[in-house]
Amino acid sequence: MRFLFKTSYEQDIALAKHGGQRFWYGALLAALLLAPWIFPEYWLAQISFVLIYSIAGLGLMLLAGFTGQVSIGHAAFMGVGAYTQAVLTGMGWPFPVALAAATALSALIGVVVSVPALRVKGIYLGIATLAFGFIVEEVFARWESVTGGNAGIHFKAPNLFGWKLDTSESFYYLCLVLCVAITLGVLNLLRSPTGRAFVAIRDSEISAQSMGIHLAWFKGLAFAISAAVVGVAGALYGHKMGFISPDQFSLLQSVELLLLVVVGGLGFVHGAFLGAIFIISMPQIIALAKDFLPPAIGQAAGLQGMVFGIVLVVFVLFEPMGLYGRWLKVRTWFQLFPFYRKGMFKRQKSFTKSDRLK
Amino acid sequence: MSDTSNTPLLSARDLQVRFGGVLAVNGVSFDVRRGEVFTLIGPNGAGKTTVFNLISRIYTPTAGTIDFNGVSLTSTPAHRVAELGIARTFQNIELFEYATVLQNLLIGHHVHRSTGFWSELFFTGAARKAEIQAREAVERVIEFLDLQHHRDSLVAGLPYGVRKVVELARALCTQPRLLLLDEPSSGLNVEETDDMAFWIQDIKNELGITVLMVEHDMTLVSRVSDRVLAMNQGETLALGTPSEVQSDAKVIEAYLGSVEDMSSLRRPATSAAPAP
Repeated sequence: MRFLFKTSYEQDIALAKHGGQRFWYGALLAALLLAPWIFPEYWLAQISFVLIYSIAGLGLMLLAGFTGQVSIGHAAFMGVGAYTQAVLTGMGWPFPVALAAATALSALIGVVVSVPALRVKGIYLGIATLAFGFIVEEVFARWESVTGGNAGIHFKAPNLFGWKLDTSESFYYLCLVLCVAITLGVLNLLRSPTGRAFVAIRDSEISAQSMGIHLAWFKGLAFAISAAVVGVAGALYGHKMGFISPDQFSLLQSVELLLLVVVGGLGFVHGAFLGAIFIISMPQIIALAKDFLPPAIGQAAGLQGMVFGIVLVVFVLFEPMGLYGRWLKVRTWFQLFPFYRKGMFKRQKSFTKSDRLK
Repeated sequence: MSDTSNTPLLSARDLQVRFGGVLAVNGVSFDVRRGEVFTLIGPNGAGKTTVFNLISRIYTPTAGTIDFNGVSLTSTPAHRVAELGIARTFQNIELFEYATVLQNLLIGHHVHRSTGFWSELFFTGAARKAEIQAREAVERVIEFLDLQHHRDSLVAGLPYGVRKVVELARALCTQPRLLLLDEPSSGLNVEETDDMAFWIQDIKNELGITVLMVEHDMTLVSRVSDRVLAMNQGETLALGTPSEVQSDAKVIEAYLGSVEDMSSLRRPATSAAPAP
């Protein structure tokens, strides 16, 4: 077992806490950089999707996992990012400029959606964002002059000021760079006053306020950042798919994002990545399993939706800390062997909260 | 802001709060002098916590004014109160459960942050420096309250007594002028209450922070308070030193009932004497 002796504040602030972390994250990054030479094209495309969904997961994780504001309409932000990107690159804007505009527009709409969050909480906020998701989906379908309606809209290959990223390797690197940059940004925020203010709002709004945290400002900021990050994911998703239509940003997509953060582990940055791996690999596993299942089950429509539903229920019941929580437990088991206790990660019954004053 | 020591730090005038038909606080006025420990006592439902919630702007008074250090609190939004120099604890602990003790205390330091969103996003040199300064400030509070042992533990796993101290520490991290303690000893055992009394005295004497508290434990109250305000059913009963208030007839009546009440409960003298 590793014991950390902190001898400086720098060490407490650093992203990598010890040599082991530096080594393993370095190795992961090296493997990802070398991936185009290691994996065949199909797998590379899947990894690109994992990166894109990780970005989307990070966005929702920041909001749901760290600020405690559940949103069941996040596909809408993906859609806003994707459509803005499609329209602007279609007009010949270079990729980075269009991406910046798509991000900014998503953030702006995120701020608008945060307004109900100042008044309603929990399940009611979920319903408000659900309604927002439907409205946006409807706008994509009806605003035909811009979005092409239900017929959808085609993407051009990303154009970095004349350098076309039209191979799947170059696009993979684009996703990797953006994913790493966004992850670092999120980690930086989480170790600064802003990220701590988010956590404070999640755990107790009333005492966050009496510690001088401006609830409206920080909730708005959380929604803006979350929407912006998910908007980036949407833009990349559109480029990867090459074609988007309103039904790709429906309620199902929103639920998939929510499933991603819950299965990955709410409140852990790692959870966004594990959840993304889960979301991308699950359909493949289901497709493989179809051959071995009796045809009545294997060929049934909606098999994937059912499996996702069951997985969500199982995680909520038996592993609320998600895949990352399970990993923490396994790691602790090995670190403490043979002294791991079953109740080690049991959350203590929380003491009575003050009467919620508002 | 004037720092002259003859003006009161906090002065409440004719406070009134009405929740529907209930007058939770009615015509309460008091001054908290600089550097004293001022305690609100009273039976349950007397309106003590409501007064606290008025000061921390969770409620808005129906009538009356509160001035803090020359600033009118009634026109200050709730999130600015901490900036003015008022910190509080809660009757039932309100910590950030799924954050470590250190993170909780750093959130207490929030009002002193000096970095903006963009410098935090890129974690620039300024952000790094600010983080280190925040940790130094927080570390002083950790040392003051002996919390070194729990620095990196999650609040959700801490025992009640420690949480109570963490909450006090978090309030101190805002570096307040006035500290509002809502029942600092509730749920603590005798030994922990003793520690709490020492800390309150230290906060007053060493840190020079004025303390306004609500407390039921009269031993603690008489040990640390300079002045006591007794309330009942939203109204002021008595104001004075702990011993004056404790011997006040109206206070005794509020807690124990009046002599007339007692006599009506007494058995009639003519009744037959119990069998030996």
